[in-house]
Amino acid sequence: MKYSIQIVGVGGQGVLLASMVLGNAAMAAGYDVAMSEVHGMAQRGGSVLCTLRFGEGTISPLEAAGGADLLLGFEPAETCRNLGLCNKDTKVIMNLDPVYPSMVAAGFETYPEVQSLVDAAKKLNDNIMTIGATNLALEAGKAVAANAVMIGAVAAVEGFPLSKDLLLEKLKENVPPKFLELNLKAFNLGYEFMKNKA
Amino acid sequence: MANLLSDGGKALLLGNEAITRGLIESGVRFASTYPGTPSSEVGNILEKISQDAGLYFEFSVNEKVALETSAAAAVSGVRSFTFMKHVGLNAAADPLMTLAYSGVRGGMLIMTADDPSAHSSQNEQDNRYYAPLSLMPMIEPSTPAEAKDMVAAGYEISEKLSMPVLFRTTTRVNHARGIVQFSESRQDTPLKGHFEKDDRRFVCVPANAKLNRLTLLERNAQAAELSETSPLNFIDGDADSDVGIITSGVAYTYVKEFIKGAAILKLGFTYPLPEKKIADFIKGKKRIVVVEELEPYLEDNIYRIMGMNGLNVPVIGKRDGTLPRQWEFSPETMTKLASYVNVEKFPEPLGKVDVELPARPPTLCVGCPHRGTFAAMKKAAAGKNVVYASDIGCYTLGAQAPFRMADFVLCMGGGAGVAGGFAESTDQKAVAFLGDSTFFHSGIQPLISAKFNNHKLTMVILDNRITAMTGQQPNPGTGRDFGGIKTESVSIEDIVRGIGVEFVEVVNAFDVKTTSKIMKDALEYDGVSVIISKGPCQIDAKKRKTLSGKQLSVDPEKCIKCQTCVKNIACPALIKKEDGSIETDLTQCVGCGMCASVCPKDAFKEVQ
Repeated sequence: MKYSIQIVGVGGQGVLLASMVLGNAAMAAGYDVAMSEVHGMAQRGGSVLCTLRFGEGTISPLEAAGGADLLLGFEPAETCRNLGLCNKDTKVIMNLDPVYPSMVAAGFETYPEVQSLVDAAKKLNDNIMTIGATNLALEAGKAVAANAVMIGAVAAVEGFPLSKDLLLEKLKENVPPKFLELNLKAFNLGYEFMKNKA
Repeated sequence: MANLLSDGGKALLLGNEAITRGLIESGVRFASTYPGTPSSEVGNILEKISQDAGLYFEFSVNEKVALETSAAAAVSGVRSFTFMKHVGLNAAADPLMTLAYSGVRGGMLIMTADDPSAHSSQNEQDNRYYAPLSLMPMIEPSTPAEAKDMVAAGYEISEKLSMPVLFRTTTRVNHARGIVQFSESRQDTPLKGHFEKDDRRFVCVPANAKLNRLTLLERNAQAAELSETSPLNFIDGDADSDVGIITSGVAYTYVKEFIKGAAILKLGFTYPLPEKKIADFIKGKKRIVVVEELEPYLEDNIYRIMGMNGLNVPVIGKRDGTLPRQWEFSPETMTKLASYVNVEKFPEPLGKVDVELPARPPTLCVGCPHRGTFAAMKKAAAGKNVVYASDIGCYTLGAQAPFRMADFVLCMGGGAGVAGGFAESTDQKAVAFLGDSTFFHSGIQPLISAKFNNHKLTMVILDNRITAMTGQQPNPGTGRDFGGIKTESVSIEDIVRGIGVEFVEVVNAFDVKTTSKIMKDALEYDGVSVIISKGPCQIDAKKRKTLSGKQLSVDPEKCIKCQTCVKNIACPALIKKEDGSIETDLTQCVGCGMCASVCPKDAFKEVQ
């Protein structure tokens, strides 16, 4: 078994934390793990991509274009930008909360309607699962827990090889104690939302 | 982050964390760097743990000084490590070349972190060529786990040969993450050494250099012998196949995982190359495939080795155009080899969405003082014929709209020298932008040169008191406070005045109006003018919890929809509404007040 996750978003959204939780869970499950992260200049408000691959004999830190089993999209435009990492069978979790690039905020460029992004993605792939992670995080207590919502949603993806309990355990190890309760609540809201959707 | 000081166990480590663990296990007692992606995390970690790890660590003023300090430790018998990004080694190349001649006593590794695809760099040079240029041995890991183990192997090689060893990585090793098994840490290496004088060896006057050259060639021959028997070079894959792949670095991981049925010669000790091992591997093969990123370094050597051994086997690689010389490889690069070897078939990737997506380039942060400096200069230079020489740092992002204030960017400290040339050779007013850390790195000498030659240029030093782009490392302007050593900040203003520059002004980057007026005077000044534009890095202020500004909102009664604020500073926290009026995004606003400083109608108010 080999499994490949591409996590995409914008610097500051918690993409790296999500990759650490998932990567540590894969290691704890006994798999070989290879990951690749973006650091440096791209983190200044730019697009962020994290690759996580696990399974027997995994050594390459990068995945081939089209090779993802799961695309975890923290931001709708970034999800669309990176659909080339997917194939027609890839499962896609698409957060619906946009983060506007600075040129959009200043009115120099436009950001498409989120629904048009969802429709465009659905034309290419039948497994697009949308989620409003920020709203669920607010329900849990704070918007910053949106990444925990996303990790919870992953646990509910059909055929995902790592157990919900293992992901929860690794989430606990990777968040500060004072935000533990918030993150656990957010994780469960993400999980339940995706479970009910399936 | 995993505890790199733990006694054992395993952890999912970033390549740079694994390398740092390797230093601890190898008993390294002295480390120095100038920060540069993709090597920076090693320094960030050492800043925190060097004392507990029992080693001395410093951020040197530049890579040259970093290499020199580590060289002194190594010739005194202390195991040392100096590390930098690939272009940093250019700055350190001068001492590098002669250190190879005198050699070292304690082990020394020099990490060059290359950046194929130039993810965070101004070029994608292949630093493997520094090894044959300097005749220093070179080793190259493929994964984080191997990187950790190869640090220990590197020190053994270095001490056997009494030579520094180049430790060459790439972004996909430094910033890859993998499972790393911890080994025991050496405790027996000395923290302090003693420099035994030996003029013949260490005083590189011509008479001695001539003799050292002979020693260097002898050591080079010994290194070649070590390479032949080194376990870092090994045969993998299907050893009996008549197709042979020769590979190194991260490219090995793509070969190993996605190509089946070929014999693989994996090279970790890549200078000097194990020539006999390579020749033996090639003998009897009907085809050789060379898989390496960037230049055909291995490939050209393989042609030579074949020639010297009377071998004539077809070689597939870069010289025949099968594999690209530009940019980093990925698994699908292997499909270019599908007519020669058995490559895994990848699923068909989806096409592009039929919606136009907004670009998302890296951008200056919300509340970044550089926005104010650029806005002020734009206003001051209106109607003037100005050329902007910029430098390496966050302010390189000033190249973007609406600023467009980087016309020529070369290298660290390069902007000031370039500006001097523009001042003398063009009819344009020359302005140089550089940061505080870059000023200390290599911006002082060109300022002295400008004063000496009377270049009529304006140098703007964007002083945010930190080496920001690479992750907020301290620099001489910050002062040092880690590893049990505390120093006071070095004053940029005093240095500039000490050089004899008469037009020196210190301004507040957030006060765009006042700064702009002073910049106008500077542009009109007949001589060297220097402006030190001060304002803290907002990421650093957040980390230190020193953000003190009050968030601002827009009074809709006062906003006249002129959009002066977005047009001038384009702060990501300023949102243009459909009716053309402006609102602030309070999830992002850090309260720097720059928007209020440019608003002609005083429409920004503190949020109560």
